[in-house]
Amino acid sequence: MAVKPSSPRKTMDVLLPVARPFGSGSLPDDLFLARWLGNMPASWVLLGLALWPTFALAQSGPDAYNAFEKLLRWIPFLFMQGFLFNVLISVLAMAIGTVLGTFMGLGLTTRSALIRTPVQIYVTFFRNAPWLVLLFIILLAFPFQVTAFGMVIPVPGWMKTVIGLALPVSANIAEVVRGGIQSVPTAQWEAAESLAFTRRQTMWQIILPQCVKRMLPPWMNWYAILTMSTPLCSLLGVNEVISLTRQAMEAEGNRPELLVPFYGFCLILFFLYCYPIARFTRSLERKFAVRS
Amino acid sequence: MTAWTPDQPIIRLRDVHKSFGALEVLKGISMDIMKGEVICIIGPSGSGKSTLIRCINALNDIQKGSIQVEGQEVHDPKLDKLALRRKVGIVFQQYNLFPHKTALQNIMMAPLKVLKEKPADVEARARALLKKVRLEGKENQYPGELSGGQQQRVAIARSLAMQPDVMLFDEVTAALDPETVKEVLITIKDLAAEGLTCILVTHEMNFAREVADHVYFTDKGLIVEDGPPETLFTSAKDPRTRSFLSQVL
Repeated sequence: MAVKPSSPRKTMDVLLPVARPFGSGSLPDDLFLARWLGNMPASWVLLGLALWPTFALAQSGPDAYNAFEKLLRWIPFLFMQGFLFNVLISVLAMAIGTVLGTFMGLGLTTRSALIRTPVQIYVTFFRNAPWLVLLFIILLAFPFQVTAFGMVIPVPGWMKTVIGLALPVSANIAEVVRGGIQSVPTAQWEAAESLAFTRRQTMWQIILPQCVKRMLPPWMNWYAILTMSTPLCSLLGVNEVISLTRQAMEAEGNRPELLVPFYGFCLILFFLYCYPIARFTRSLERKFAVRS
Repeated sequence: MTAWTPDQPIIRLRDVHKSFGALEVLKGISMDIMKGEVICIIGPSGSGKSTLIRCINALNDIQKGSIQVEGQEVHDPKLDKLALRRKVGIVFQQYNLFPHKTALQNIMMAPLKVLKEKPADVEARARALLKKVRLEGKENQYPGELSGGQQQRVAIARSLAMQPDVMLFDEVTAALDPETVKEVLITIKDLAAEGLTCILVTHEMNFAREVADHVYFTDKGLIVEDGPPETLFTSAKDPRTRSFLSQVL
């Protein structure tokens, strides 16, 4: 039986016994990227791969063979020095963003306006600020080195981009955490309260363990978005895969027939990394939709 | 105020008023409930029955009046809520079990984490409670794998694990299939027979008649009439009680 892309969410609404208590719960579609990417049939992917050399040939004729030959020599370097660095940046930014975002998400659900209001401002600001602008601000605002206990610790540019990417990610993860917490029926809070659990015990032992599963798909969605945003770092002089590709093309004489093979290769790298993540996200979402 | 002794009402309500915004749900409720009594509160939907028992457990606050449990004022801001909730357990219409924990873990969680009792003691008690609610062998099932009636009995066992003096039952059979209602009612009857103080909000009139020591009929936030079940069900004085009973019996 064919599964329509939007059906799990609709059926889930019917099954939920208690309406989402405060506000919207999770956003109408917090899996937009994973849904779009994960819904691509594998046959399209193979077709796209076949189109890549065809397109290069159509553009530059027999020169394209030459260009692919050149690319072949660069592939190990571009992958090892370039793409793996993008992955490292994305993993570090995601780790920082997740820890920060979890606490911000808890801050969004706290009763104390004194904590909630500044957190709301933080989340709203960093969710809506353009990532590239944030990256430039961090690059310029952060010192090149930090002096701590008499030691001078240099802060390289790529570390700044990790921070610059972690900030908007943390704000979006905060929303994911808030949505997850608020999707748990208030009756669970009441049941815990009637058993004399404190608010903190309820949060960490009863509410959060229940919503980790629900938060996983949107969390992975944000990881895929973050990974695809790491080429932004090339504009800040970080030697990630796009910067290195440009340098490689310069070394090969900067000929126009190099463009499609080289940048196409980068596109394929990102696609091959994010497509399985998106597929996995979708399958997790479907699994939880049936269970709950 | 003198200390509470068991010959005084274990629960004492005086002129309790409760509003949700402009909507006044309770308009002056007074009750005295003695230790070991089984009380049923009946009445039409929206008459404030559920709100009333939730106030006893401080899940809802009140605007005016007084609620005392064992002589302790429930709505005193200085009240130790932990102490109150150890004394008063509640079972909800929708069971509200913790879905990520097994039946046994659901029962053990509060005594372990809140009362900080020894795991071996808690586990022995939890297994005994599961046996008492006739759910032996379901220890390691998750709530999603149990029927409504089974979940509700786990919920009863979970409340009993805190060893409360009073149990509140908030329409505990209203969400169940007719065939599973009975197994839950039998469990409650066992508890009542053991002398546990029980307050039930219920639509099961035959059950109320059979098990209750005293029945309250509420309508529009007030107690219209109360008395022993045989009197209330056979010779109600108030016309509102009579018309309600004629519709449900």
